[in-house]
Amino acid sequence: MNIPELTAVELSAKIKAGEVTAMQAVEAVLEKAAQKEDLLHCYVTLDADGARKRAEQVQKKIEAGEMTGPLAGVPAAVKDNICTEGMLTTCSSKILGNFVPAFSAQAVRELENAGVVILGKTNMDEFAMGSTTETSAFGITRNPCNTEHVPGGSSGGSAAAVASGECFFALGSDTGGSIRQPASFCGVVGLKPTYGTVSRYGLIAYASSLDQIGPLTKDVTDCAAVLEALAKHDAKDSTSVEREDTGFLAALTEDVKGMRVGIPRDYFGEGLNPGVKEAVLQAAKALEEKGAVLEEFDLNLVDYAIPAYYTIAAAEASSNLERFDGIKYGYRTAEYEGLHNMYKKTRSEGFGAEVKRRIMLGSFVLSSGYYDAYYLKALRVRALIKKAFDAAFEKYDIILGPTAPTTAPGLGTSLSDPIKMYLGDIYTIAANLAGLPAISVPCGKDAKGLPIGLQLIGDCFQERKLLRAAYAYERAAGGFRAGKEA
Amino acid sequence: MITDETMEYVGILAKLELSPKEREAARKDMDGMLQYIDKLNELDTTGVEPMSHVFPIKNVFREDIVTNGDESEKLLKNAPGEKDGMFVVPRTFD
Amino acid sequence: MEKQYETVIGLEVHVELATKTKIFCGCSTAFGGAPNTHTCPVCTGMPGSLPVLNKQVVEYAVAVGLAVNCEISKSSRFDRKNYFYPDNPQNYQISQLYFPICKNGHVEIETPSGNKKIGIHEIHMEEDAGKLIHDEWEEVSLVDYNRSGVPLIEIVSKPDMRNADEVIAYLEKLRQTIQYIGASDCKLQEGSMRADVNISVREEGAEELGIRTEMKNLNSFKAITRAIEGERARQIAVLEGGGVIVQETRRWDDVKESSYPMRSKEDAQDYRYFPDPDLAQVEIDDAWIMRIKASLPEFRDAKMERYKKEFAIPEYDISLITASKHMADLFEAAAAISGQPKKVSNWLMGETLRLLKEKEMDAEDIRFSPENLAELIGLVDEKVITSSVAKEVFEVMFESNVSPGAYVEEKGLKTVGDVGALQKTVEKVIAENPQSVADYRNGKEKAIGFLVGQTMKAMQGKADPGMVNSLLKELLVK
Repeated sequence: MNIPELTAVELSAKIKAGEVTAMQAVEAVLEKAAQKEDLLHCYVTLDADGARKRAEQVQKKIEAGEMTGPLAGVPAAVKDNICTEGMLTTCSSKILGNFVPAFSAQAVRELENAGVVILGKTNMDEFAMGSTTETSAFGITRNPCNTEHVPGGSSGGSAAAVASGECFFALGSDTGGSIRQPASFCGVVGLKPTYGTVSRYGLIAYASSLDQIGPLTKDVTDCAAVLEALAKHDAKDSTSVEREDTGFLAALTEDVKGMRVGIPRDYFGEGLNPGVKEAVLQAAKALEEKGAVLEEFDLNLVDYAIPAYYTIAAAEASSNLERFDGIKYGYRTAEYEGLHNMYKKTRSEGFGAEVKRRIMLGSFVLSSGYYDAYYLKALRVRALIKKAFDAAFEKYDIILGPTAPTTAPGLGTSLSDPIKMYLGDIYTIAANLAGLPAISVPCGKDAKGLPIGLQLIGDCFQERKLLRAAYAYERAAGGFRAGKEA
Repeated sequence: MITDETMEYVGILAKLELSPKEREAARKDMDGMLQYIDKLNELDTTGVEPMSHVFPIKNVFREDIVTNGDESEKLLKNAPGEKDGMFVVPRTFD
Repeated sequence: MEKQYETVIGLEVHVELATKTKIFCGCSTAFGGAPNTHTCPVCTGMPGSLPVLNKQVVEYAVAVGLAVNCEISKSSRFDRKNYFYPDNPQNYQISQLYFPICKNGHVEIETPSGNKKIGIHEIHMEEDAGKLIHDEWEEVSLVDYNRSGVPLIEIVSKPDMRNADEVIAYLEKLRQTIQYIGASDCKLQEGSMRADVNISVREEGAEELGIRTEMKNLNSFKAITRAIEGERARQIAVLEGGGVIVQETRRWDDVKESSYPMRSKEDAQDYRYFPDPDLAQVEIDDAWIMRIKASLPEFRDAKMERYKKEFAIPEYDISLITASKHMADLFEAAAAISGQPKKVSNWLMGETLRLLKEKEMDAEDIRFSPENLAELIGLVDEKVITSSVAKEVFEVMFESNVSPGAYVEEKGLKTVGDVGALQKTVEKVIAENPQSVADYRNGKEKAIGFLVGQTMKAMQGKADPGMVNSLLKELLVK
């Protein structure tokens, strides 16, 4: 048995059956990491000793019959903007380079309750601002499918770790596509849940009204299992939603007969790579063959999602990142004269260029005289975009399109032109603005061997439908099994 | 057009101090972004309520019961400067 | 003729609410903990922490709003006020700008020229900041976040006041009302009530308002009065000198009796308010408002009217007793238990007010229970102790709320009813004071007073003065 080739759910079943131990699973991924980390750099922190200790405890509980869930004993990675008590949590930023949280995020606690073994913290774009993982203060992560390319971002370390078998699944966060786009680029499954489904308590906020934690996994079954573990109401997060329909594993049937699938023409226009287009339409056809009903339609307003998103996200970020001031935690500049000089030097030295760019933009759009023209305008456009989706979901069960316009770009080719880089988020951003669940599943590869992602977007709280469609497609495609040959 | 004065002002608000070179680059970026954002003005949003939350979440409350004990040691552990159980900051005047 | 100026004043009053926990986390609001011992990730701005609103804060804010005749917003929201300062751990304060919880109210105050309405523009909920302590040895300050996140309401008046007396009357009215609700103890000295004064001057008869300044750091009614007078004079001097008033925030120094501007170049005063995405809307329906309305106490004006009908005590006493809800509650409870309202009132108006003044305490700080006061009255009525012993017992009870009966028992303060013991003492006093005895026997009846006093002294006050008197008379005739 080649342990790293197992999916999370398969591994857990074998551990519970006594065929493998949690410790063996940990050692197997650590060995993978030992082979690959130098090149790929998926992790900011890899806590081998902690993982071994935890594996021992979990194994005992499994043997005692106290842990029986589908993820019991599975080693997993957590994006480095999700707090882990006692374990470095940096947001891949110099300003939090030495920060050790006093508490764990609720999402991490839910995983722990499910018997998951946390391996460490994955690399990301600094404060989740970026789509390549190149803005990390601690070095880039490479795409396991082609190491001259980026893994995507901002959850690039999580996607690469899953794809390379350096963990069995990972948590990411998605503010404008930060789970789905790297999942697409690395050939893994990534899901952004409906806003409010996973507690944000302990997620270091980028843009609070858009952020959601979600899973990056090897296949759709793992995705459903992780989401089921995470989707719990949390009284510590005022935006957490009480949901009853969280039996996601049970929703995995191949039955998509009569499922109405809307294909927005606006997602297949200019800027979309022809190879990506073909693969996605091919995937649509596979669903049609299983009985889904396809229909093209005009979603509208697609071009307005990016400017609205960057205005709102930058505004919220400018405020969320004010707390990094060199007083309570993190980096403080070495020399300064007085309070305000300390603030300015600490923040100017502690934040990278992309973060500073967004903080400046956000401070500007909220400043006196510009609030109405920029910020409120963007919130109004957001309402219109939400309305456009509401109208679409009256006609369709899910919306199908590409996750990203291209496959993963080469290293070092993206950061010089921010607006061009932002355009790469064009298909993912709207789901965040409207709070919708959306999943990216692999649907082929381009000539360079780089994966292509199929995106399915559902109406609010319709993850079950989404997962069912994704599962049906996965079966039709003959299974994904990321990390198998890698 | 974003002026140098605006950049200076935004720097005060955001507590960021950019070198002249950084500032010029940031100014150009911001100019480009704002022009791009101006695209939103193509849409008539008259009468549209600004949507700050995705859902109309309302009345999420805590009961008025003390649940936290003394966590000061844990909370101070990350402080760049600590003295007598407090966070050390440069002298403030008020 | 010299120009006459009118002063125009509006107030922003911050009141710390008497909740057990902070506005957005389960930390205690109790005073006096060691630094940062009443803190958690939320109120120290730890990354990843999130606020959840304390329901009691909403209840108190609505109760105060109703008491000052405000409209209650059906839907209100929190906004972030962004500014960097170390006492503010997130570097934004969660407050309400766009949709405050209460709007458009008023209170009535008494002025020499009759009652006057002072408009209330709005009331909003917000969080308090931490405390900065200046280190004695190094050029640093230290931050204690124990007060960070303590709930406040800010009551913003309209610019309806014209002099310091009106301002004080307005503040007194707010304080009484809020204390009656129990929403805060409203102590200016301790900072649980804080007033920022917006002040401008204009020529008498002018329509337009002058440019205003905001005065901060006013921690007593006296400081407020002095600051208003000082700022009025400063502004008039600027205008008379041909200058213009700069709209700014000024800090009052009550020792120097002068103010100075607080603003620096680093304070852009552009707070970039926007709706806090971490918090839900507060929606208050009519049923909730009715519930809070029903829970409001009887306020002072109504209480005074009722007392006039129910209790045969002077109007002056009624006004003093009802000035504090705590005192009024104490009065009613003790009166009900003892059945002696007049005597209860006497204790409150006499010894209680005297001791409060002597110890510089507020009526809210009275610690003794109505049961104990009633018990004390009973002890005197039943002649178990004399009234002079009662005063002594009262002082102890005032300090530590001891049960008077138990205390009297423990200290052996009961009036001595044993005629034999008393007779011995009286005989001794007669023997030791021949001059007074002679005076009395020669018809100077007043001399007996001295002998009674001597006997009481010898008995340490524990004798019934009437009994001493009759015994003395009896023995002196012999």
